[in-house]
This record gives sequence, C-alpha cells and structure tokens, in this order.
Amino acid sequence: MNETPSQTIGPFFKFGLDWLENADLVAPGSPGALRIHGTVHDADGPVPDAMVEVWQTPLFGRYLTGADGAYRFTTVKPAAGPAGQAPHIDVSVFARGLLQRLVTRIYFPDEDRVNGSDPVLASVPAGRRSTLVAEPAEGGLRFDIHLQGPRETVFFAF
Amino acid sequence: MTSVAGHPSYTIDPAYDSPEYRSTAGRAPKEPLVLLDPDLAAVDGPVFGGERVRPDDADLTRQHDGEPLGERINVTGRLLDSAGRPIAGQLVEVWQCNAAGRYRHAVDQHPAPLDPNFSGAGRCLTGPDGSYRFVTIKPGSYPWRNHRNAWRPAHIHFSVFGRLFTERLITQMYFPGDPLLEFDPIFNSVREERARRRLISSFDWPTTEEEWALGYHFDIVVGGRLATPTEEQP
Repeated sequence: MNETPSQTIGPFFKFGLDWLENADLVAPGSPGALRIHGTVHDADGPVPDAMVEVWQTPLFGRYLTGADGAYRFTTVKPAAGPAGQAPHIDVSVFARGLLQRLVTRIYFPDEDRVNGSDPVLASVPAGRRSTLVAEPAEGGLRFDIHLQGPRETVFFAF
Repeated sequence: MTSVAGHPSYTIDPAYDSPEYRSTAGRAPKEPLVLLDPDLAAVDGPVFGGERVRPDDADLTRQHDGEPLGERINVTGRLLDSAGRPIAGQLVEVWQCNAAGRYRHAVDQHPAPLDPNFSGAGRCLTGPDGSYRFVTIKPGSYPWRNHRNAWRPAHIHFSVFGRLFTERLITQMYFPGDPLLEFDPIFNSVREERARRRLISSFDWPTTEEEWALGYHFDIVVGGRLATPTEEQP
C-alpha cells in the first residue's frame, strides 16, 4: 500500500494535455461509427474545465470541455464485456475540484436484454441505473454527466 | 465524506468532499460511490506509440529560441505498480507554471510575467525499467482564491497511464522543504501523513549536474484503487 495519492488536475491543464485530445476514436462515417455527446454539469451548471477520457482498448478518446461543458466522441459500440457484462464504455472525468478522477460507464439503450443481466448495473440501486444508459439523440446518443444534483450520475469506486 | 460500501475511510487518496478545498463543494458527488469489482474495472489500457512522443518533448528548457528563466532542474523517477514492478513504455505527461508562478493558460490572471521561452508542458514514455526523465525549471508559487492569502506550494502536475484502467493517475509533485505545504488544502487533502509525503520529491545528488542543474527524484506508484480503504498502521 505505497501508492502515490491522487491530486486534482486543477484549472490550468489545457496546454499540457490537449496534444492528445482525440474525439474521433474511429473516422466519422466509417462503418458502425456512432456519435456520443453530452454535457458535464456540476452544482452550478456546465463545467468548462473538465477532461473526459474514454477507454475502449485499443481505442482511446480524450476531450477537454469548453465554456458550454459539452463533450463528444465518435466511436463504435464495443462488444459485450467478460463475466456477463453488457457492452459499455469506461469513462474517467477529471476537473478542478475533483481530488480524484470520477469513474463511470456508458451503457447502450438498445441493449435492454443484456443490460438487464449486467452484474455491474445490477449492483447499482435500481432508481439510479438510468444515469448510466445513454439516450437516443439526433445523430447518435446523448450521455450527460452530472457531478451533483437530482440526476447525479452513478460513479464507481474499486 | 462520500461513503462507499465496504470502504470505511479514505487514507491514501483524498476524499472527494474536502471542504478546505472550496471547489469540491459543487463537484464532489453527494451520492455514495458504487463499488465495482476490481477485476471488471481492470481493463487493459491504451499503449501510446513513440511516433507521437519525441525525445525532446521531455526537455521543457529547449522548446523555444532562448532559455527559460528559473532554476534548471532534472526531474527523474520511476513508474511502478503497487507490487513494485516497473511499468515500461507508458506515457507520462507533465505541466507546470513558470518560475514566476504563471501558467501559459488563458484563464490564469495572476499578475506575474509570462516567459516567452517557457511553455511548461512535456511528455515522455517510460523506459524498460519504468524510468522517466524531464529537464525543466523549478516552478514558482502562486496565489489562488481558495481562502484569504492562499498560495499554492511549488508543484509539477503529472498524468500517468499504467497498464490498466484502474491504474490511471493524475497527481502533483511537490518540493522538499516548501514552507507552503503545511498550509495547502490540496496537498493536505491526503489525510494520512505517510501517503502525503509520497507526493514530495526528494533532492537527488546523483542527478544533480555540476555547474548545470539540481536533481529531484519522484517515483510514482499506481495502485489500481479508487477510494482506497484504510492503510494499515505499522
């Protein structure tokens, strides 16, 4: 147990981390390409200084939000995960005011049956599961991330 | 404090809800975190190729026509997993303010000068033994508006990728003997003293170069846990 503790990304990271910004995990318009977009909200509204990362190894996405708190990725729906997991995307959110990243998952709205047997979703209180499932939206899917508030997103520890 | 079933307290990592750091108030989740089976969370991470990370990206003093102002330093260390094994070939990103305490960022309004010869961002891939090395200048302290007369201790931001999703870490490296450390709510958000000390680099003679640069050493151990349970007392 000699890990290095986490510290906040702070407000001034853009010039250090934007070189790896990547919203297009696959080329827009390529077979299976899917646009996922949303807004990061805190208690006061859109978060203008968040970094959202998505991992779909070997694909990797990084998006730095601006004034409107919006992020977007073009990717493909992953295959079902091991151990009975439904298709999902692993998400990390970093921001000023977050002393550690927040970890969440994007599940897919057209996978009702496998979502219903996903062991991770099953461990989430039933009333909060919907915060982990993207919504159909024009041109793709919408997945808003609420750090707080009545629709607070489910975040994970491990 | 955000509660997690089966996790009575946080001692290595800071609690999300750390009121002394004011920005946590509107951003720390209010609902309990949901405990995820680490085996389901530990998916393999991306591997970044050398084609995008050039050797000179690790020398922050050579990114402009002239040399930056400030105290030249070598910052070295190793990226390790919690078993002490080196993590080779992974990405380390750093960013920092200049010697006067000013970031090259549009939102930083601290009335200290920008340095035309310093951008403050670097990156490298770890070597076969997990080692990394940056050449930079010692960052300054700067005021922030968290509380009255608040000043951040000098620090370099580090972003590292381990092998697994669970090993992704962003942290800050501090300098030994900095009198501001004891007053800093971000540093002190790590409640366990031994864990907090791991954020402070050590002065390092072997990498100090005569007539050229001081050396500081900072190992980074990625553990693969969020909301780490209580550290055992010796």
